[in-house]
Amino acid sequence: MAPMNEPADAGRLRRSAAAMRKRIIEQSLASNVGHVGSALSIVETVVVLFESVMREPGTRGPARDRFILGKGHASLALYCALRERGIVDEETFRTFAGDGSLLGVHPEVFLPGVDVSTGSLGQGLSIGCGLALGMRERGLDSRVFALLSDAECNEGQVWEAAMFAAHHGLSNLTAIVDLNGLQAMGRTKDVIDLDAMASRWAAFGWDAVEVDGHDVAALGATLSAPGTSGRPKMVVARTLLGKGVSFMEDRIEWHYRNLTPELAAQALAEIGAGS
Amino acid sequence: MRNALIAALIELADADDRVFLLTADLGFTVVERFAERHPRRFVNVGVAEQNMIGIATGLAQTGFVPFCYSIATFTSMRGYEQIRNGPVLHGLPVRLVGVGGGFAYGHAGPTHHALEDLSILRAQPGMTVVAPADPLQTRAAVKATHSLPGPVYFRVGKGGNKDVSGLGGRFALDRPEMVREGRDVLFVATGEIVHEAIGAADRLEEDGISAAVAIQAHVGWRAGAGLVDLLRRYPAAVSVEEAYRTGGLGALVADAIASEGLACRLAVRAVESGFDGRSGGPGYMKKRSGLDAASLAGAAAALLTSCGRR
Repeated sequence: MAPMNEPADAGRLRRSAAAMRKRIIEQSLASNVGHVGSALSIVETVVVLFESVMREPGTRGPARDRFILGKGHASLALYCALRERGIVDEETFRTFAGDGSLLGVHPEVFLPGVDVSTGSLGQGLSIGCGLALGMRERGLDSRVFALLSDAECNEGQVWEAAMFAAHHGLSNLTAIVDLNGLQAMGRTKDVIDLDAMASRWAAFGWDAVEVDGHDVAALGATLSAPGTSGRPKMVVARTLLGKGVSFMEDRIEWHYRNLTPELAAQALAEIGAGS
Repeated sequence: MRNALIAALIELADADDRVFLLTADLGFTVVERFAERHPRRFVNVGVAEQNMIGIATGLAQTGFVPFCYSIATFTSMRGYEQIRNGPVLHGLPVRLVGVGGGFAYGHAGPTHHALEDLSILRAQPGMTVVAPADPLQTRAAVKATHSLPGPVYFRVGKGGNKDVSGLGGRFALDRPEMVREGRDVLFVATGEIVHEAIGAADRLEEDGISAAVAIQAHVGWRAGAGLVDLLRRYPAAVSVEEAYRTGGLGALVADAIASEGLACRLAVRAVESGFDGRSGGPGYMKKRSGLDAASLAGAAAALLTSCGRR
């Protein structure tokens, strides 16, 4: 199936993104779980990957593209995508973060549709390297997508993986950095400055580009093409934590806070008005 | 032992195209034979053990059986959380090769002494921990564990390891292998330190004490029936390992004795303290830790005295 990243598709993807935002708000409230802002930050990236770019995402097909949510704490966005594709049913989806649920605060491979368990930052991209190398050696043309948070790049292991992927020309590997500029204890520029993120990856030998991480058309265009000249691809997606909800946008407390019914109602109204 | 392991890997790889070898830039003059024979299934990932474990996890997810090769300290500790969250959590057949466990790199100092590898890896559910005693048993262990669906850690010697007389390359999961019969006391050893236990048994024999020696290469999650039955037959046992006292073979044997309510008395012989600034060769380090044949013989005699057996 050809990627559907033409402008004609953008309207559908934007509507999907708005719908995913609403589900994130509703389910965060229902489950009384935080990390809302982190999930909202990656909505467009996840929608574009799961609804346009990736081949058979979330299935068990051996030739499927793989997805690794390095920033596992944003799992609700992934669960929404799996719900949208019918891989997770409604009843299961609603168990999110409950006792005995397969939908934990961080994603686990025990839930069908999750390719890699994550939750400890910095480890996903290395697994992505192994998947990409293994698929290439198996003669599969599948792609591997790894979505990292910006602060995840504080972890040294990310750069071990960056060097490896470039050295071995893993052009079937695409990583996305969700550059929302906030980390657990403050702004990235104050904690560990991540200025010139794309240049850093380019210097490590990646085909690095920067896009507006909330522009589905731009994301679709860049994510549907693998890295050029046999290089792994880095898509630096400039985003806002809490995108789409005025009182969350770019506010560090929404890395943690839980919603109240009143705040959720306000958030849903804003998302509805904006879509 | 590392040469025996690579030889076994080549044989496995010849017959099974899933076998893949990763090294974190170690194994000069050891791993080349594999690399030359199976160049597409060999990668030197560079000095990056955490990444190596992640790559192995991804490779295993695509159907390969990757072996990760480095010095035991680095294999077991530099990427420990990656091992836990990767092959352990995902239940994947990643093989971890720790070369030169214990004091094998004695002169290299404490950064190269792997004394907690057995205990920390044994702490992970689904992990199979194996410390073969000699090259033949290494070969047997690599082959016997090949079909295991979960991860395996092999602690192997770095070279010049003598074959254990009477072992003949026997290995099975859980099963202790008797290499010397005896009546009065049982030595249970893991890894190449068994040579010291055999030496201790020789010394005891001169004093009229009949000591048996068994090799427990697989340091499991809990003791199997073979080890329990063996301990049941002896009034006293001495566990011997080139590792810290906590969590390794001694813990396994003590657990078996306590859990099964056995009458067997136990002396755990292991490394009892941290590094004090003085390095030396493996023999020196073992002796300083009370793991040489003379010290082990003394420990067994003292145990028999304390329980009124002599």
